[in-house]
Amino acid sequence: MELKLESFSKVTSIITPFDKANVDTDQIIPKQFLKLITKSGFGKFLFYDWRFDHDGKPKNDFVLNNPLYENSQILVTNENFGCGSSREHAVWALKDFGFNVIISPSFADIFYSNCFKNGVLPIILDIEKIHKLLQFEDEVELDLNSQKITLGDESIDFEIDSYRKIRLLEGLDDIDLTLKEVEKIEEFENDSSIVSIF
Amino acid sequence: MTETLFEKIWNSHIVVERENEPSLIYIDRHLVHEVTSPQAFEGLRLNNRQVRRPDLTIATIDHNVPTTDRSLPMVDETSSTQIKTLEKNCKDFGVKLFGINDPNQGIVHVIGPQLGITLPGSTIVCGDSHTSTQGAFGAFAFGIGTSEVEHTLATQTLWLEKPKTFEILATGKRRNSFAVTAKDIILSIIKKIGIGGGTGHVLEYRGDAISDLSMEQRMTICNMSVEAGSRAGLIAPDEKTFDYINNREYTPKNYGELVDTWKDNLMSDTNAKFDKSFTIDVEKIEPQVSWGTNPAMVSDVTGTIPTPEEFGQSNEVQIESAKRALAYMNLEPETPIVEIPIDRVFIGSCTNARLEDLKDAAEIVRGKTVNPDVNAMIVPGSQMVKHEAEKLGLDKIFKDANFEWRESGCSMCLGMNPDILKPGERCASTSNRNFEGRQGSGGRTHLVSPVMAAASAIAGHFVDVREWS
Repeated sequence: MELKLESFSKVTSIITPFDKANVDTDQIIPKQFLKLITKSGFGKFLFYDWRFDHDGKPKNDFVLNNPLYENSQILVTNENFGCGSSREHAVWALKDFGFNVIISPSFADIFYSNCFKNGVLPIILDIEKIHKLLQFEDEVELDLNSQKITLGDESIDFEIDSYRKIRLLEGLDDIDLTLKEVEKIEEFENDSSIVSIF
Repeated sequence: MTETLFEKIWNSHIVVERENEPSLIYIDRHLVHEVTSPQAFEGLRLNNRQVRRPDLTIATIDHNVPTTDRSLPMVDETSSTQIKTLEKNCKDFGVKLFGINDPNQGIVHVIGPQLGITLPGSTIVCGDSHTSTQGAFGAFAFGIGTSEVEHTLATQTLWLEKPKTFEILATGKRRNSFAVTAKDIILSIIKKIGIGGGTGHVLEYRGDAISDLSMEQRMTICNMSVEAGSRAGLIAPDEKTFDYINNREYTPKNYGELVDTWKDNLMSDTNAKFDKSFTIDVEKIEPQVSWGTNPAMVSDVTGTIPTPEEFGQSNEVQIESAKRALAYMNLEPETPIVEIPIDRVFIGSCTNARLEDLKDAAEIVRGKTVNPDVNAMIVPGSQMVKHEAEKLGLDKIFKDANFEWRESGCSMCLGMNPDILKPGERCASTSNRNFEGRQGSGGRTHLVSPVMAAASAIAGHFVDVREWS
């Protein structure tokens, strides 16, 4: 589709500090914007009810409206980010807005999985490191290969399982990979007693 | 080696397993709806792929549908486009659709079980987080994103990391089994373990207090597993489960044989090890009312709104969340729950809009009238629920009391159709999420059971429904 998986290895960007816990996907992309049938164009609706007032004017005190963070690709947030609805539109909106990396002490399961399907890297760090990142105002360099975030003279290591890392680095399509296993799928179908609906 | 029920289902669905990698898991049932599928079908088209197993796939239209007269043209053009897109996709790819005028139309998680499509021991997915509802039948049922919808359509499998297991043991007996409901049990559990408490885990609800519940009540419990952060929650099947599925429109022909196998296999082994465990005594549970903007922000009906410090203990993040929630909800700490007035009542959603929910609410409503300051509506979970309720005359009880009686769909649970709260309106809702703006921008949601919602509609404020029954 329009959002083909892109591979990425390095991101150099200022951090958008977003110190909120339990941000649900209803906030990330409210339901009135789920009616599109494409994957593109959701960025303008990101955090709509927090970014805009009832007349559709930007709220000056909302961090994403601060011109300082206009080109930021890294969102740093607090625990349980992306909870609630499974809507992948939340990831499409973040990606379309410009965020390629989201860093949090914890993510909701479905959101976490949806990120990888769209070339967005979710990183889990402990709260002390999150606080350090939230306060860092210059550009940071994030290297997926070495699993390192460099903040000036300091660096923070992060974990990611090697399987997911390779898929992100190479921008691989899941379905292509799965179809290489089609014989095993057929074998499973022949051996198991799968009950058809009809 | 002993295994939990979830592990048995997982192990019997492994297609590919390699060390330190996700496993390829076979999917027995794929349910599709109009909101999270258009991009998935488009992906198939662009890559010239087919739906691998249309015989394991069904679709319905639930999120966008108006709940008013469906013979009229739809006002919302974008909703209409999304619905037409699903109709075309189902036709092009050979997927069975229970469309807008089909007698089997309804909320996807309500129609799966009532059509006999949801089976014990199976793996079930849908592009909707409340797929967990169907775990009530002893299935591994979980919500997926649109990329995974496309993957399932194309391959009938998903790459999954094996979740951990979490036992939720519910003991004791409810003191008033009419007024203290499954909704109150699950809200109490979420209040205790928190909205991230189940992240990375599959919940298994066990114990006498769970066996005691009907299938529809069990669905309410499993439905809200995702509100505790768990992608799936399940309950081992028993005679109630097997009876519920028997003689439905799509119940398998060899059902008797299947039940025999399930009876022998589908339970956690004695001494099976769970990664985590939590015990709750249901005897102490009161009717619950949420006061904040996530489903762990809940109080007993006899209680008061907590101060942010009481809620957050010494956790700064939680204290801040509670402050923000109280500001959004326009509530003061220490206000008694029963003194909170309401403007709207919504009895509906995949959590609480099945026949038993409506029967119980009707018991409360019979012979009474909705408070003149309240607008109250009933949205049955499916057309089948609606017709069964009408056969019992429940529609008349509700209409006589000035409730609106609507067509089925997701409706004001998430407000994708015209059923929304106006900014500032306060709603007693039987749905599952009280997030900011969930039921309409600026709207304020209080999660409650159907009987609590019904009684509050009549009183105009929250009441302890135990005093009414």
